[in-house]
Amino acid sequence: MWKWLHSYADPERAYKLSSNLLPWFATLAIAFIGIGTIWGLGFAPTDYQQGDSYRIIFIHVPAASMSMAAYMAMATCSFIGLVWQIKSADWAAASIAPIGAVITFIALITGSTWGKPMWGAWWVWDARLTSELVLLFLYLGIISLYASFEDKVLAARASGILALVGVINIPIIKYSVDWWSSLHQPSTIRITEKSTMSTDMLYPLLINIVGFGLMIAAITIVRFRSEILARNGMRPWVRELAKAEGVK
Amino acid sequence: MKKGISYTQAFGTVLKRDLQIAIRHRGDIFNPLLFFVLVVTLFPLAIGPEPQVLTRVAPGIIWVAALLASMLSLERLFKADYVDGSLEQMLLSPQPLPLMVLAKVLAHWILTGVPLILVAPLLAVLLHLDSNSYGALIATLALGTPVLSLLGAIGVALTVGLHKGGVLLSLLILPLYIPVLIFATSAIDAAGLNLPYDGQLAIIGAMLIGSLTLAPFAIGASLRVSTN
Repeated sequence: MWKWLHSYADPERAYKLSSNLLPWFATLAIAFIGIGTIWGLGFAPTDYQQGDSYRIIFIHVPAASMSMAAYMAMATCSFIGLVWQIKSADWAAASIAPIGAVITFIALITGSTWGKPMWGAWWVWDARLTSELVLLFLYLGIISLYASFEDKVLAARASGILALVGVINIPIIKYSVDWWSSLHQPSTIRITEKSTMSTDMLYPLLINIVGFGLMIAAITIVRFRSEILARNGMRPWVRELAKAEGVK
Repeated sequence: MKKGISYTQAFGTVLKRDLQIAIRHRGDIFNPLLFFVLVVTLFPLAIGPEPQVLTRVAPGIIWVAALLASMLSLERLFKADYVDGSLEQMLLSPQPLPLMVLAKVLAHWILTGVPLILVAPLLAVLLHLDSNSYGALIATLALGTPVLSLLGAIGVALTVGLHKGGVLLSLLILPLYIPVLIFATSAIDAAGLNLPYDGQLAIIGAMLIGSLTLAPFAIGASLRVSTN
């Protein structure tokens, strides 16, 4: 059933596939984020309680939810790399990590700028914020562990193990607002039932969440391609590619 | 293939060996303990000696110091064995690696965690901790320090082959320590207010069971990566 997937473990085919996919993801990401952000910031109704400052939700929520999604994607890649020894999965994990760290950082920064007018404080030590901060530290730990090994095959395995151990933090972030009484509001988007949010605010938010996902995919593909080239610099197909591009 | 010795014997041998080595290098046991006591003594000097303030911050101070002391002592968990090659012999032996790793971690906990638990009541008295939170302090330390040893061992196993492992180690394992810290200190705080704290204890217990079953495999896999 999964046989067709195996051929993409080959770096050359993975490189070609990602080169073909990149324009799609990039265009869609720009379109979605453009529509979602303009709709959200310009046309969505003003909140009756929070005024216009709630509008940062259209950046904050997509960044926060995608920071967890990126972590899960990275951990899945690491798992595939560890169990089936597929190197391109390791490279994919290595290319997601810095992006995830930046997205987590964006979520924290936008969250604290939202917290200042709403809660009157830049930062509160509450379960949701703290666990998101831990997520940032996990990303940084994984990145620096990957960087500190000379041998990148070993580096990918070591940071893969760490990424899998860190998965425990993801449900803690997700349910922190339900488990602890928290200043952070509980999630308003429901998948199975009706969301507790008016639809003309919800749609731009959902569009932006999809857009952030596509953006992460696009940037990951860019990094993934350069990771493939960096790890396969000695292969004939990379040399031919370099020659065709006019690189010495 | 015929197995030479049973699992229990293998576990016992590694445990006994590690304890013996540590007893012959007594500094390895006392230095983390001394560090723990010293860090705790710094706080009253820095924050000021008012008993009310100290009572309020005592659980946090004791737990943060315990965290740092445990991290400090972890570095030597696999280092010597890695340098002299006995770690590779363990990897090559027919006994399951997670079992031997568990024995090593248990030895480490007996040498560093247990003294910490024994000295903690003394520090609690010095920091004017509420007398009704002593039980919670001991219980959280007894359940929590094994978790610290198990989680920390993953980080040590990942960095044992690196030359500049020290700072990296703290970056890797301190985030994993945070949940233990949160629940332990909230249990002690609850006990200080005469509130029930068995919920927090149950969660730390769950962390202990979870890390006890899963961490040895992660440590084993990490050691295989590090020694390659």
